[in-house]
Amino acid sequence: MARTRFYARLARFVEGRPGLYRWFTTAERMSKESLFGCRMCGQCAMPATGYACPMTCPKQLRNGPCGGVGSDGACEVYPTLRCIWVMADERSTGAGHRRDLDLLQRPVDHREQGRSSWVNYWQGRDEALWTDATTPGPGPLLHRDLGLVPR
Amino acid sequence: MTVEAPGRLRHALQAGRFVVTAELGPPRGADAGAVERKAAQLRGWVDAVNLTDNQGANVRMASIGACVLAQRAGLEPVMQLTCRDRNRIALQSDLLAAGALEIPNVLLLTGDHPHLGDHPEAKPVFDLDGVQATWLARTLRDDGVLMSGQDIAVRPSWLIGSVENPFAPPISLRGRRLAKKVAAGADFVQTQYVFDVRVFRRWLGDLADLGILERCAVIAGVGPIRSLQMLEILRSRVPGVAVPEDVVRRLRGVPADRVAEEGVRLCVETVQELRATAGVAGVHLMAFGFEHGIPEILERAGISPHRSAPAAVGGTPLATSVVSLEGDRHAR
Ligand code: SF4
Repeated sequence: MARTRFYARLARFVEGRPGLYRWFTTAERMSKESLFGCRMCGQCAMPATGYACPMTCPKQLRNGPCGGVGSDGACEVYPTLRCIWVMADERSTGAGHRRDLDLLQRPVDHREQGRSSWVNYWQGRDEALWTDATTPGPGPLLHRDLGLVPR
Repeated sequence: MTVEAPGRLRHALQAGRFVVTAELGPPRGADAGAVERKAAQLRGWVDAVNLTDNQGANVRMASIGACVLAQRAGLEPVMQLTCRDRNRIALQSDLLAAGALEIPNVLLLTGDHPHLGDHPEAKPVFDLDGVQATWLARTLRDDGVLMSGQDIAVRPSWLIGSVENPFAPPISLRGRRLAKKVAAGADFVQTQYVFDVRVFRRWLGDLADLGILERCAVIAGVGPIRSLQMLEILRSRVPGVAVPEDVVRRLRGVPADRVAEEGVRLCVETVQELRATAGVAGVHLMAFGFEHGIPEILERAGISPHRSAPAAVGGTPLATSVVSLEGDRHAR
């Protein structure tokens, strides 16, 4: 879903009308829930995870797998499920987007829970969700980027 | 303003000396003596001890309290802090407390899920993940700001640790995952049990390629398997531990009364192999309930004691050897 000026205006229009926003959010929830098991965190990380939803990880890890993944790729908490990060690795590698998993994902803003990530994305609010870990700029690494309020 | 940083571990890593750390699990009970007894067994042999944070999601004395007890007993603590039971507010306040108590090392990790512990009905928190918590610690220390952007009056100066499991799938991602933690702020990493040195060396190779070894000290986790029962538990019930076939064969190949000795011998050999491996900064001993056996393992592996400052016993252990954080950051 490309971000264009058209979508930004559409998103603003939708957000300005509570009834429409509710309807739109429900549509997003229904499609993403059935396709990806989406939890409606409102800050979709799936474009960078090969469309494996990190919020379905029992620990809601946004930056890669925990150390407990079974040798067969099973989740340590629910061994009947596959670790979502094993899936993310396979899918993003398969799609030629392996480097996406190297992005540093910032903490989730829990106020966005239940809100539409599409509306947020189209308005450019997701731009700060992640940052590149591999090419630290000048100055002491990337740690400056964590603060939600820039200095 | 920065609280001046003491720290054996920091100095040893800076000097390039092979370091030894060990796990010390706090007790189930308000039992200061339990921490002191284990500390006494390790004193003189280790550069620092990790006080675990409700290990395996089982309720134990808080890591921060056990850290203070370990300090009093003359050992340098590493305070473990998990994201399992704390949101970002609690993480930051515990980190500030660690700074004020002059705990010289903190180690941030995601933590085990409550399902695996003694209160499986508990609510998991996981507000941040281990990488983000590491990032948070680094920002707090180096920029002196909270996640809210507010300044803090006095900056802590601990060394920031992290963990990684080189043996869990997706194996090819494990080096890059540590790279993320290092970008986020990890100064050192302690690994899951190394039973398979070949796989471990491949992971080190990945780290070398990624330029990580110059920026983060790798401390390899080791521990003795002292019974066939423990072997089974490690193989089937502890997530993320990989015991290769040749180790299994060796332990099963000796008479029942010799398994414990064979396990210790294996551990000694692993320590020696790791010590001879370029890029390994030290070993981290995890010998739950067998802390008294750690000196023997180290001695047999050719690692001499007298690591903790004897002056620390009984006094304020951290008053000596002060170095500013600035110097360290440039060195690493
Ligand atoms: S095994 Fe994978 S899905 Fe399960 S808790 Fe760990 S990272 Fe999350």
